[in-house]
Amino acid sequence: MTEPVVSLTNAGLRYGDKRILQDLTFEMNPGDIVTVIGPNGAGKTSLIKLMLGIESPTEGRAERRRGARIGYVPQNLSLQPTLPLTVNRFLRLATSEHRQIARALERTGVGHLRQASVHYLSGGEFQRVLLARAILRNPDLLVLDEPAQGLDVNGQTALYELIREIRDELNCAVLTVSHDLHLVMASTDTVLCLNGHICCRGQPEQISRDPAFVNLFGERLAQTLAVYHHHHNHSHDL
Amino acid sequence: MIDAILNDFFWRALLGGLMVALVAGPLGCFVVWRRMAYFGDTLAHSALLGIALGTLFQANLNLSIALVCVALAVILMLLSRQQSLASDTMLGILSHSSLAIGLVVLGLMQDFRIDLTGYLFGDLLAINRRDLLWIALGGLLILGMLVFLWRGLLMITIHDELAAVEGHSTGWLRLALMLMLSLVIATAMKIVGVLLITALLIIPAAAARPVSGTPERMAITASLIGMLAVTLGLTLSWFLDTPAGPSVVVAAFGFFLILWLARARSVS
Repeated sequence: MTEPVVSLTNAGLRYGDKRILQDLTFEMNPGDIVTVIGPNGAGKTSLIKLMLGIESPTEGRAERRRGARIGYVPQNLSLQPTLPLTVNRFLRLATSEHRQIARALERTGVGHLRQASVHYLSGGEFQRVLLARAILRNPDLLVLDEPAQGLDVNGQTALYELIREIRDELNCAVLTVSHDLHLVMASTDTVLCLNGHICCRGQPEQISRDPAFVNLFGERLAQTLAVYHHHHNHSHDL
Repeated sequence: MIDAILNDFFWRALLGGLMVALVAGPLGCFVVWRRMAYFGDTLAHSALLGIALGTLFQANLNLSIALVCVALAVILMLLSRQQSLASDTMLGILSHSSLAIGLVVLGLMQDFRIDLTGYLFGDLLAINRRDLLWIALGGLLILGMLVFLWRGLLMITIHDELAAVEGHSTGWLRLALMLMLSLVIATAMKIVGVLLITALLIIPAAAARPVSGTPERMAITASLIGMLAVTLGLTLSWFLDTPAGPSVVVAAFGFFLILWLARARSVS
């Protein structure tokens, strides 16, 4: 019954001679929250392209469930100031249903910005508009590329909270790519540590003790993360 | 009545100019939004190569210009994928090389002298009925494509990958945009000439920006400003005996200045 929304089987990607990704095997089921972390050049963006179907794997397979709808929040989308665009018009490029637009904007807390020009939004507001656009069509898979970039700590926490709530409501799978290890550790179910291949994966506290992770990010960082997450867990697990 | 209009060179010029301005408006918006001004210049310069080759092989000039523009657009698209040279360097090389090759080929044809100034700066008043038909057909084709592909073209302008995820064929859309640009440049050559085509594309669009709140309104306003500039420029040229193409561009620049100054005043 629960067919995975998207699955990679021994998937690899190479551009010419350059091998970007190799031997990736994992699947995402409805309700999963997976966060991909990894150093620069680890192939995070390429992985996203595989998941979205923008790129096809040069080895192995990448499969999406038939008819799976995908919502995508791209990384630092910068709009040309020469292009006049209101939030409403931006969302209407994705759907013509006015009520859906209103509902999605309300859901992400930016309903009041519907008629505003996209050029005058703050970073946090714009991320919420992008998120609203991504959930317009009730996606089965939500893909977010560095969604919290440029937000302050409160803004980041609120955004991750919102993503979690949306996951609960839509029962969609959520794949996030992030640099911010602290927040990742605190707000995800599964961490996938990428460095061309999958180094390690698991729950946050488990992974912060994994030798591969410690190796990749250094002992001190791994330890602070373990402590941080432990602390955070207590305040939330009632 | 229509026959009388088509028989008069001034009305032919006006009609041709208005049709080109109509399609140059929305296309110029894309040139501005996607920062393709230099790209437009390159295509325009290659039009001269089209004239040279068309004359050499005694082919229809409109057709050979359009073909050379399209070929260059496709080459540029393929080259932009492998980034061994910065794109502005690449554009600069192709732009001036095609212009130079065009001039050299034209120079080699000893027994055939053409009016180079006409091609460089436009010869609007020399438009004949056949040209008008070409402009009308090309214009209709471009307008049809624009309406049909509008949403997709806007999406690839906003974000290419987001457009791809939402099911738009981004590669084809980019190619369609290049084809439309090539076509409009092939037709606009008659109006303002190789060196001023980009002006007819980007000045009305840029002038429309401060008074437009949506992309659609900007496209329509750009068309209107372009058409006003053609009318005003031709009238100017009629009474002051100035060259037609440059007069049109000067008129467009005037509208641009007025709209941006008005905007600056209302803001401050």
